[in-house]
Amino acid sequence: MDLSKNTDLKQQLVADFQANESRLNGETKTPVHQTRREAMQNFEKLGFPTIKHEEWKYSNVNSLVKQAFDFNVKTEFGSEELETLAIPNLEGNILYFINGIYNPALSRIVSPENQLQILSFGQAVKENPSLLDAYFAKYANYQDDAFTALNTAFAHDGVVVNVPAGKVVEQPIILRFITDARAANAASQPRNLIVVGKNAEVKMAEAFRTIGENGSFTNIVTEIVIDENANVQYYKVQNETEKAYHIGTTQVSQKANSHFYAVTVTVNGGFVRNNLNIVLDGQNCEAFMYGLYFPNGKQHIDNHTLVDHAKPNSYSNELYKGVLQDKSTGVFNGKIFVRDGASKTNAYQSCRNVVLSDEASMNTKPQLEIYNDDVKCSHGTTTGKLNDEALFYMRSRGIPKAEAMTLLMYAFCEDVISEIKIEPIRAYLEGVIADKLAQK
Amino acid sequence: MLTITDLQASVDQKEILKGINLEIKPGEVHAIMGPNGSGKSTLASVLAGREEYEVTGGSVDFEGQDLLEMSPEERAAAGVFLAFQYPVEIPGVTTINFLKTALNEIRKSRGEEPLDAAQFLKLMREKAKLVNIDDALLKRSLNEGFSGGEKKRNEIFQMAMLEPKLAILDETDSGLDIDALRIVAEGVNKLRSPERAVIVVTHYQRLLDYIVPDYVHVLYKGRIVKSGPKELALELEEKGYDWIKAEVAASL
Repeated sequence: MDLSKNTDLKQQLVADFQANESRLNGETKTPVHQTRREAMQNFEKLGFPTIKHEEWKYSNVNSLVKQAFDFNVKTEFGSEELETLAIPNLEGNILYFINGIYNPALSRIVSPENQLQILSFGQAVKENPSLLDAYFAKYANYQDDAFTALNTAFAHDGVVVNVPAGKVVEQPIILRFITDARAANAASQPRNLIVVGKNAEVKMAEAFRTIGENGSFTNIVTEIVIDENANVQYYKVQNETEKAYHIGTTQVSQKANSHFYAVTVTVNGGFVRNNLNIVLDGQNCEAFMYGLYFPNGKQHIDNHTLVDHAKPNSYSNELYKGVLQDKSTGVFNGKIFVRDGASKTNAYQSCRNVVLSDEASMNTKPQLEIYNDDVKCSHGTTTGKLNDEALFYMRSRGIPKAEAMTLLMYAFCEDVISEIKIEPIRAYLEGVIADKLAQK
Repeated sequence: MLTITDLQASVDQKEILKGINLEIKPGEVHAIMGPNGSGKSTLASVLAGREEYEVTGGSVDFEGQDLLEMSPEERAAAGVFLAFQYPVEIPGVTTINFLKTALNEIRKSRGEEPLDAAQFLKLMREKAKLVNIDDALLKRSLNEGFSGGEKKRNEIFQMAMLEPKLAILDETDSGLDIDALRIVAEGVNKLRSPERAVIVVTHYQRLLDYIVPDYVHVLYKGRIVKSGPKELALELEEKGYDWIKAEVAASL
């Protein structure tokens, strides 16, 4: 099967890689760069996936790979514009990436260094190579996944976080990725590595915004490595434009007794693919995954989750919900993998959708691969319309139809919204979600 | 206030109402009784504007307006209230939030200023006493996990908040024990006024011991086949519906 028919963007990237490499003074010998080179070779072999690829059946990147993108768009974006994009009352370690480049002037790190060490990826290459050598690209699959391979090949910026063992980081880490597509089609490939030591605890969020009329392409990979008995909350918030392509992989590795909690909210985006892959590589792990998506217009939002129960006695639970309007499309693909030795696994999955238009569609696919008899697994998906009886009830009390629909849609999402435990982010999302649902 | 003339309605092309005539004046309480499947709930639903029911003939005039031309929310704004036989559970919407939205929408459509949070809460506390409904219940998702009695009390509480001109109680007694029935009925009685009319749709006479009607109508096979004073309800309780059915059969 030839999966590499799409070539335009690919050729550009191959050329970019070579040009980048020639500028790397002395860094080419480092293990990090050896990995990049290997990843590039993989990408060249794999090419961009087409819809013949099982994992990309419902998400066609054809229109993406035909476009030209500038991976180094100049931007004038500064602190004044930042205010218009601010999330009110949000405090913590807030790091800004403008077109994928870390901006130290806009960023602030407030947690003491003994609790939290944050470096940009570029800094980490120079200042903490041993951390990168130990963890970078050891989890995300750059062998078989073309976009992860591509990101790995171009891994130059992003954030490298280390939470030492036993530290409880009180202030959240907020990574804000702003794409400025005012001047040209802007692309970026942030690469993040989050290493959380034994018994440590941290909350983090990745928030994406795009400004400008041109197209944009974000290809992000975040590896989160969670040691024994550590606790991580992770939020991904996307509010981008109709012309924004976003492909992201969050790769999580959990050791015994660790706890991981993820909420992914896609308010807007043109073409969105979120991969959330979790390997429960120890006993008594817990992983919670929540997701919300609200495509309208011609937006396409695809969530792929994978939970790999590699060891016994762990628990995973996921709930994704979507409201689809107009001609939008959605995909949910949830894979639960229970390995031979992973007895006493508990794994639950649910995906519920409201489709408000005859022209919108939702593809849901639960995939359970279970190689052990002593497990409890369940999955369920529903796709339906708003409850007519509830709608009539509300209207009969004087609430106009449009308002009643908005209230019902919001109510449908409420249980996932309430899982966002960073209060200013939740408040911000409550507002933008209510606005979006009231638009229709 | 309400004039129903030869009202006919069907659902899924099955004719249910076959020509209803009814005149209701302000301050009156009319009971509509009848055996199961006679069309009682259909009548209530048609008056409230439920879309599954197709009106195939006749007219309904409410204070000079053509009720059948109005959307459910317009009817509510005009002062029509339906207490549901099966109040809907709406997870994620609290009763407070729901009612505040409803009340302010109705006020808006009447050209009145919306109530602010403090005014709303004051009104709510006052009305909650009428049906003995707990604050904690109102902070929960609408009807979610409520007992049968709590749901029906919530309906009457909402009626008290929205102060309709015409209240239609659709089998409000169904599924209630006698204590819950009494609380609900007392709530309704406190809301009786010379300006407000009430239609009580019920299968049993029991509720009418507490909400005493001015008129009783018997609905059978989509028509009002007998009307009378409150004593008619007692007669029905005693003798059942068979004698009515026999009367109807004999007259055909």
